[in-house]
Amino acid sequence: MITFSKRQLKIPKFARDVYLVTGGNSEFRRAFPEKRTEELCIDALQESARYIGMTAAELKKYIHTCYYGHFADHFGDQLLGEAVIHDRLGLDPLGTIGVKTGGATGGSTIWEAAKAVASGYSDCTLAMGWERMDEVPTDEGNHLISCAADKDWETPLGHIYTGYYAVMAQKYWQVYGREEESFRRTLAEISVKNHGYAYHNPFGHAGFKITVEDVLKSPVVAYPLRALDCCLMSVGASCVILADKETAYQMCKNPLLVYSTAGSHTLRPACRRDMDIPLLPNETGETYKNLDREFPGGERYPGFTGFLAARMAAYYAYNWARIKDPSEDLDVVELHDAFTISDVQTYEDIGIRPYGKGRDYVESGDCYHTNPKTGKPGRLPANLSGGLIGCMHAVGATGIMQVVDVMYQVHGRHAEIHGDPERWKRYGKQKPKDWEDLQVKGAKRGLAISHAGVGSHVTCTILMQPDARLDK
Amino acid sequence: MSDYTIKVVEGKYKLSGDFHTIEPNKPILDTAGKLCGITNPRNMVYTHSYGGEAPFFAGITKGRLIATRCDNKDCKDSYESVFLPFRIHCPDCLERTTEVDITDIANKSARVYTFMVCERSGAFNTLEKPIRFVNIEFEGVTTILMSYLLGKQEPKIGMKVRPIFRTKSPTYTITDLAFVPAETAEKDLPAGFTFSK
Ligand SMILES: [Zn+2]
Repeated sequence: MITFSKRQLKIPKFARDVYLVTGGNSEFRRAFPEKRTEELCIDALQESARYIGMTAAELKKYIHTCYYGHFADHFGDQLLGEAVIHDRLGLDPLGTIGVKTGGATGGSTIWEAAKAVASGYSDCTLAMGWERMDEVPTDEGNHLISCAADKDWETPLGHIYTGYYAVMAQKYWQVYGREEESFRRTLAEISVKNHGYAYHNPFGHAGFKITVEDVLKSPVVAYPLRALDCCLMSVGASCVILADKETAYQMCKNPLLVYSTAGSHTLRPACRRDMDIPLLPNETGETYKNLDREFPGGERYPGFTGFLAARMAAYYAYNWARIKDPSEDLDVVELHDAFTISDVQTYEDIGIRPYGKGRDYVESGDCYHTNPKTGKPGRLPANLSGGLIGCMHAVGATGIMQVVDVMYQVHGRHAEIHGDPERWKRYGKQKPKDWEDLQVKGAKRGLAISHAGVGSHVTCTILMQPDARLDK
Repeated sequence: MSDYTIKVVEGKYKLSGDFHTIEPNKPILDTAGKLCGITNPRNMVYTHSYGGEAPFFAGITKGRLIATRCDNKDCKDSYESVFLPFRIHCPDCLERTTEVDITDIANKSARVYTFMVCERSGAFNTLEKPIRFVNIEFEGVTTILMSYLLGKQEPKIGMKVRPIFRTKSPTYTITDLAFVPAETAEKDLPAGFTFSK
């Protein structure tokens, strides 16, 4: 579709407000030879119960329907894995359904669980996501991921998803990045930042302190992307509990308002057609008047340089939640940093910077917890969990983990959870002596983007303290 | 390798031979010999229909590039739009599209929109590495076909290219279509490939 009807552009709304009550994660690792998937899911559910001072048994009594996200049946070699988990969580005979939208599965699972509460069907829902990516060797894993591309038109071409995905990175690199060494270093800075933040996150499995030079010296995966520009492949689980207002306040003292939206675009990048840029509230026609002159080669929109699905998810969410400018109205974001370059593309898609100017979000220091240029708090800190590059990418869990981390921030409990020495010990890790508190002071509103592969599905979840809502 | 044949006879698949082989499971132990898990080997053959896209896949084995066009005059968004990848139905009006042979247009106008050189591949890959992914724009085509570049030159955005076809012992997959730099001579084409016919 290249033009939209008014009905299609309708600003979404819930029939009643939906609140996030709690959430939790398992630990994430590259492989868990000693744990079944259900053990990880139970870890996540128990975490979310503890977070609001309940036992898992008490929490379960509130749940009315369940939404399970795991991307790839063939990764875990278990069809209807959702039913296995549902049974092991002891939630039978409640209604349940599986959700799969590739890399956006976690976000989509929350979208579904939220709509069930909003409609009144359920007063309390569980959204749980996981992925089991350690049952096949890496090259077979690459084949399995490539099956998420078009099996006739793309998959036979190398059986490697990177090939279908990174063509977009190349286009962005050449058109908007102008192949500049300085831009290459900016990309590396994102990896340094996210691995660096993951260093303080006990849940993650690639927290370490590296330099821009380390990233630039890491092996080329698909030029200009190098190994340290890429996300992790992980095993683990995350969940959130959503409820209507009355139920939410019975369960905890400070539930958070939830807005959740979704967009989509062609599964095959090949099918992208030219269209006008849909504008966000902080943009006007003027914003892009000179775009193709400033960046020759960027005349097609979204071409291969932007993600229309992300733009639409932001369009729906911002207009609904009355976010005028994400940098002004939000305090913290978690973006789907599958690759450093797609992270920059997302800054533009969701209006943190206009198209073509994404790199400035990093170069200005705005994306940091503490702006390295000024020593002051970053304007809109991004991926303080470490994101997909530093913390984890257990596909079905990823979008939920990011919402959970935003929840810690908006509750002001980030340090309590991430800094707990017992947790570090439980995961067999040493809490770093130079551990840092990454709580964003006074955070009231946060956003998480969940994104599938070449941008076929993207969701946007916004959490707010109820007294910070902008739409009433 | 499984030894099998399959044909469509009177609208039904007729299968004969072995479509899977059975291999025993093996235990996964830790260094102390404790049982941790089990392997699950599996070898299967799927039967997949090309359906309405079959003319495209047959076309490339014969050296022709077949796209489709929406000919529905009432289609506001896509009347006369040409699609490659081939779309059986117009994505906007959902009417059945018309097949159009765009081989000559492709020979004259194909250009690299973007590309990616990939050192790695997944399991079951049949292409030589590194794989040079190219996304091709054609004059008058609304979409940007994904394929791969063969020959000695490295891809570049804007590079003029020409389609080539694995007309000698085709695989009947999308890999039967590739591109080479426009100035490539017929004698320099990779084994099995020809220009359009
Ligand atoms: Zn049409």
